[in-house]
Amino acid sequence: MPSRARQYDRPASLPAAAPRLYSSLPAPVPAPAPAPAARSPGPGADDRLLTEPLSQPDFFNVKELFSLKDLFNARVHLGHKKGCRHRFMEPYIFGCRLDQDIIDLDQTMDHLQLALNFTAHIAYRKGIILFVSRNRQFCHLIESTAQECGEYAHTRYWQGGLLTNAPIQFGSGVRLPDLLIFLSSLNNVFEPHVAIRDAAKMNIPTVGVVDTNCNPCLITYPIPGNDDSPTAMELYCKLFKMTIIRAKDYRKQREVFHELQSKAEGN
Amino acid sequence: MRPPSACSARGCAHQRPSAAPLTPPRPSRSALAQRRAAPSLPALIATHRAGAAPALPANRGRRAFLGPCGAEPGAAVMAAAMRRLLRAGGRRGAALVVAAGGARSQTLRLIYTTTAAWKKNVAASGPEKYTEAFIKKQIEEFNLGKRHLANMMGEDPETFTQEDIDRAIAYLFPSGLFDKRARPMMKHPTEIFPEQRKIQWGEDGRPFHFLFYTGKQSYYSLMHDTYEKLLNVQKHQDQMAAQDLPPQKEKKNLVGSRWLTKTELEEMLLEKLSDDDYSRFIQLLQKLVTSPCGNIEENYIKKFSREISAQLQKVVIEPLKHDDRGVAFSTGEGERKTSRATVIVYDNGTGKITVNGIDVLHYFPVLQDREQLLFPFQFLDRVGKHDMVCTVSGGGRSSQAGAIRLASAKALRSFVTEKEVEFMRQAGLLTVDPRVKERKKPGQEGARRKFTWKKR
Repeated sequence: MPSRARQYDRPASLPAAAPRLYSSLPAPVPAPAPAPAARSPGPGADDRLLTEPLSQPDFFNVKELFSLKDLFNARVHLGHKKGCRHRFMEPYIFGCRLDQDIIDLDQTMDHLQLALNFTAHIAYRKGIILFVSRNRQFCHLIESTAQECGEYAHTRYWQGGLLTNAPIQFGSGVRLPDLLIFLSSLNNVFEPHVAIRDAAKMNIPTVGVVDTNCNPCLITYPIPGNDDSPTAMELYCKLFKMTIIRAKDYRKQREVFHELQSKAEGN
Repeated sequence: MRPPSACSARGCAHQRPSAAPLTPPRPSRSALAQRRAAPSLPALIATHRAGAAPALPANRGRRAFLGPCGAEPGAAVMAAAMRRLLRAGGRRGAALVVAAGGARSQTLRLIYTTTAAWKKNVAASGPEKYTEAFIKKQIEEFNLGKRHLANMMGEDPETFTQEDIDRAIAYLFPSGLFDKRARPMMKHPTEIFPEQRKIQWGEDGRPFHFLFYTGKQSYYSLMHDTYEKLLNVQKHQDQMAAQDLPPQKEKKNLVGSRWLTKTELEEMLLEKLSDDDYSRFIQLLQKLVTSPCGNIEENYIKKFSREISAQLQKVVIEPLKHDDRGVAFSTGEGERKTSRATVIVYDNGTGKITVNGIDVLHYFPVLQDREQLLFPFQFLDRVGKHDMVCTVSGGGRSSQAGAIRLASAKALRSFVTEKEVEFMRQAGLLTVDPRVKERKKPGQEGARRKFTWKKR
């Protein structure tokens, strides 16, 4: 697996991350790297921490957070008019009723489960998650969500070199986000958000809610669904917040457990 | 008041009790240079004293920073300083020792500079330079230097204030430069180094602020908070409407207050703002203030508004005075172009006017000038009722007449009702005529007249 080359100056205290996996197979145990003394669990415990969630497909049980009825009530299935339809969204569209596209909620369920699962894993591994949206109506909601779950948000004007020119913009040694979540993948002129392309350039995985007028191409985990209704956006924010908090709490739990274990072993 | 030197020979081992020289402040960043018109000098610069020779030819092409070299036994001190600097900061510039020959002593001048003078990008290099430790060291050096300076000036180091420092520096390093900010200065490091942002992320690389990746975290966080206040206000409004209560109508009086200026906001946020950003923020604040239940968030809004001190100053009209004969009189002063006039107007008079001890008919033979003098009295229908004694100097006859007119109008205010004062003001009797002689410009014959155009 290629190592992530986009972090310019990796802080020395971070241990080498396990290679990224795209399937649910358990990871091969990496060679024990010399971990610095600062990390609380020992090198063996570190591997166990990282490989434990990879034992099952839906380790964090994100399926229970939502149901098809919830999606329907939140109007996630409502798309735009037929004329706005994007060609690449056709596989995700259930049908068209009175010129309005209806998104297939069965597919949305699967995609949403994959996306939430991926987000949970990233949050478990202490990755930086950046919420992006250019919809002014929900700017405040998304920023509040990010603040509450301890992650980051960018719902403002996107300056060109934020991801691609980060050392110059922020100073050398800056760490880039490990996941971008697009709660609306278009910008204010109905073009794909620049961050989708930039994240692809910088090998950053993306999760994105794609409406019927959006291009799902470069998004790693697209979620076909409505991105214009307040109820739908509130639902997405709630789901992402719950997964992230759940994954982080679980991580804290496991770290404490491993620490106690290593102490007991030491004694 | 410099203490005399024991020996002036070069290379003498005589060490002064306070061995370390005055420590110069570090070179300032170009960002500071952009904010203030002229950056402070990289170091205390000694001017060429009488007898100090100009720098040697080896100086050509090198940028110079001159250490303090006014003191004569400074040779040994200079050597120590040079060694210190070469050890510490040689990587950033050229350190060249130039021996300046002088009539009385040879002083070593250190020539040293940094890339700070021309480097543009502050953000990328900023945080490393102004670390906490660095500023702390600067403060220590400043305090030490302050004590040395006090000793040098023969004053008590404990009670040496910033004004004393400024006076001492101005005495030791007199400068003919016009801009005060270009002259040598020794100030506390907090005044010289701008408050800079420290590194924004922790050991694990995670930024501290949740809006870090936007680039303008303070500004957007401010917008976020203000918008939240607006949402609160709207919610409160809805609640009041639901309970059928009328929204509170006590409006905060905005007349005596103003919003923060863009510079003040930038200083508050420690971030550069664009004009659009600033105007958007002010619009949001206005929306918050003008909404019906806006006074809930008064405390928040107060942070961004400033009081304007009363601009209109009520002009006080002096009451009438009485002289020893019992006659009421009042004085006035007036000016026009370069003339200045003072006038005393007496009541119960016959219209007699004396200027500089001379009767008005002799002093102002031209009718136009006498008409000017008469105008205030004619306007108030008091033509033969007042006597006037004037003194006037400067200018020509017309401007002297105008000055006296203004002075007499000001004096007459005391005799007259407020309404008539307002009439006088509207007639232009109380306004100083701002017209002065326009300067001649180079390339022209006069202020406006150009040289004769010749076809060939």
